[in-house]
Amino acid sequence: MTLLDEIKKDGEILEINFGPQHPSTHGVFRMRVLLEGETVRELKPVMGYLHRNQEQIAENTTYAGIVGFTDRMDYINALSNNFSYCLTAEKLASIEVPERAAYIRIIMAELARLINHSAAVGFLLNDLGSFFTPLLYALRERERILDVFEAVTGSRMMCNYFRFGGVKRDLDEDSLAAIKTIVRKFPRFLDEFETLLTSNEILCMRCQNVGVLPADLAVNAGITGPTLRASGVNYDIRKIDRYGLYDRFDFKVPLGKKGDVYDRYYIRILEMRESVKILEQALQALPAGDFIHPKTAPLLRNPRNFKPPVGEAYGRTESPKGELGFYLVSDGTPQPWRCHVRAPSLINLSALEAMCLGQKIADIMIILGSIDIVLGETDR
Amino acid sequence: MKYTENNSTIDPSLRDEMTKQNVFVTTLDFIYNWGRRSSIWPMQFGLACCAIEMIAAAAARYDIARFGAELFRASPRQADLMIVAGTVTKKMAPNVVRLFNQMAEPKYVIAMGACAVSGGPFADGYNVLRGIDRFIPVDVYIPGCPPRPEVLLHGLMQLQKKIDSQSIQKAEWYQKGLKREFPIPELGPHGLVPKFNPEVWQPPETDNRAKHYGHVIRIGKKTKAPNLEPAVSAPPSPNPSAGA
Amino acid sequence: MPSMINSLKDALEKKFPGIKLRILRDSLLLEDPQDLTRVAQHVKESPAFRLDYLSSVTASDFLDYLETIYHFYSMEKKSGPWVLRVRVPRENARVPSLTPLYQSAELQEREAYDLFGILYEGHPDLRRLFLWEGFEGHPLLKNYEQENADTLEARDVEWLEAHGVKVPETMKKNAAELKASGKRALVEKPTEPRQA
Repeated sequence: MTLLDEIKKDGEILEINFGPQHPSTHGVFRMRVLLEGETVRELKPVMGYLHRNQEQIAENTTYAGIVGFTDRMDYINALSNNFSYCLTAEKLASIEVPERAAYIRIIMAELARLINHSAAVGFLLNDLGSFFTPLLYALRERERILDVFEAVTGSRMMCNYFRFGGVKRDLDEDSLAAIKTIVRKFPRFLDEFETLLTSNEILCMRCQNVGVLPADLAVNAGITGPTLRASGVNYDIRKIDRYGLYDRFDFKVPLGKKGDVYDRYYIRILEMRESVKILEQALQALPAGDFIHPKTAPLLRNPRNFKPPVGEAYGRTESPKGELGFYLVSDGTPQPWRCHVRAPSLINLSALEAMCLGQKIADIMIILGSIDIVLGETDR
Repeated sequence: MKYTENNSTIDPSLRDEMTKQNVFVTTLDFIYNWGRRSSIWPMQFGLACCAIEMIAAAAARYDIARFGAELFRASPRQADLMIVAGTVTKKMAPNVVRLFNQMAEPKYVIAMGACAVSGGPFADGYNVLRGIDRFIPVDVYIPGCPPRPEVLLHGLMQLQKKIDSQSIQKAEWYQKGLKREFPIPELGPHGLVPKFNPEVWQPPETDNRAKHYGHVIRIGKKTKAPNLEPAVSAPPSPNPSAGA
Repeated sequence: MPSMINSLKDALEKKFPGIKLRILRDSLLLEDPQDLTRVAQHVKESPAFRLDYLSSVTASDFLDYLETIYHFYSMEKKSGPWVLRVRVPRENARVPSLTPLYQSAELQEREAYDLFGILYEGHPDLRRLFLWEGFEGHPLLKNYEQENADTLEARDVEWLEAHGVKVPETMKKNAAELKASGKRALVEKPTEPRQA
């Protein structure tokens, strides 16, 4: 008999439902937990409360129209999804991206990484109980970056900025100056954040050795992103696939040692520092030129002219949550035959049960917070 | 709608006299509504992307605490206002109605974002409910995708004006035997059973979406699956408009 | 890169003589779905490939058949993507499950079952992932019929009357007509291909 059967025989199991509406800000995610006292014995996630059938919509929309829907998948950092999708469509139709456009894309993608990681750390600390103070600091920095997004793309969150072959609009002088100010002041915010948090006794005691994810389980379960690197596996798609001119930038890939919640939190702080480095280099080296490939610009005015050749393509990028991949099958018409999203938030949950077994009930929320999921991507 | 004013039928000079003696004259409605509208406590009910804008509205820049609403309660029993922020799917709809039933009167609902108002960009789907107002009555609709935090504050102010215009004598929640609970839909084999509640919402006569959007006409039926057979990929054409 | 997938084909033909494989653009098609388990085990453990990371399991509906497509990468050797495909007919779509070998396939196979109806044999817990338990039909198939959410049907009218809600007469009449003719209220789908 397994341990679970023995406990069930004694009649001490309590089934608790962390229902779709609960005060943790990750969205409508439900977990059915079997508890013995305060220890977790089984955990089954239930998803689908935000299943907005984006794959079905993608089969009925033109390629250019889908860019707007990709924003709404990982809605905290909308621009990274645009990047991944445009990369895949460019692979499908063999479109090149001019140099200035590639640099602008990297600048926007790294700014999106900054807002995602600061929001992720803020929400994790919300779950830990420090209700709203670190989140307020993180949202303050996020607002500065969202102002830049609004000036450049027209919208704070759902930017819909990337196009096949480049971006929609050029970066003007004011926005460039604003980005330079942000990049100059961001390390000071990180220092302030770290002074409050990194050697904080409560954080250390609650987060160290909690929710340990061993490296071989992480690789087998398909986990990517900061969660994987916190377990010590060196796999960063920016360094491996070298897409979009990332090989011109000099940045390190931080790795963790133990793979517990504290490592996952600290890796995000270190990754923010590396992103600031990339941004400094990109801003310095930003060349002049076209912001979109001249052949695609008139095409996209009438999206129904974009008919890629019959074929399939799988493109992936290192989104702040992990590996975001798009799988497109084209049949020569302006609408794709199949568009599948390989969502990191869904696959990072494969190991949730393994991480939570044997932990206390209060630790489930922080383990979930440290994986950093967003339900728009999990359920698509 | 304007905020109601504190005008009673007392002679102004008499009122000034009384103010000097620390006596304040007003109507009961005014004080009652002022208290209610100045401290509306919302329930934490963010479903999707609009929730992030709701949190940004509660953060330091677009402070919702100025309106007395910074205390987001986790439990529906303690909340006055349910801000449905984000897409309501058919799987989630019974939970939304259940939570609405659990709130204590007087209760209000704000539908924030295009998805909660009418299905939004995802309205064509098999799992998306076209607007939460099919099952529960909504007081304020806030369109946008996502609406900026200032728009949410504007919506909150409109709700405050609506509360101001309510009167104790005609209040629904003080009537005898009132049960403002709505039946909770169930998950059926193809969608929700029932699809909407006819007492709360009825479909309009003309189907505006089909008339103006008409994606049926634009897509056309696809009869042939793509054939990935050729062993060698077609040579990449530098001009992407070469097409089929 | 054609050379990558050719080397995989050669290695598999050497290890399992008689296996039926075909190269399709940049991917490898396994003609017999039952070969999938031993092929996956070989690529995971053989020192030449060491494909330890199953990145994506997805399914696709090609009208005559259904396909499951696997994307493998190697974290150790930092190579990839290696694409495998398996085809099954629509009526009896059964594919062996890769969950015992790769845990990342667990949730993705559930999703493919939910949306396409492909049964993965050997999966520890094959249930629907996004839709609820009583849902009938698999939505992403090309012949799925979606319900029309603006018309009440007979079942809805019965439920509403049982719960004490008044239904207008016109809606009741429409629902009764639909039930009498045996049809369901469906979303209009295009019937003809679009003229170029």
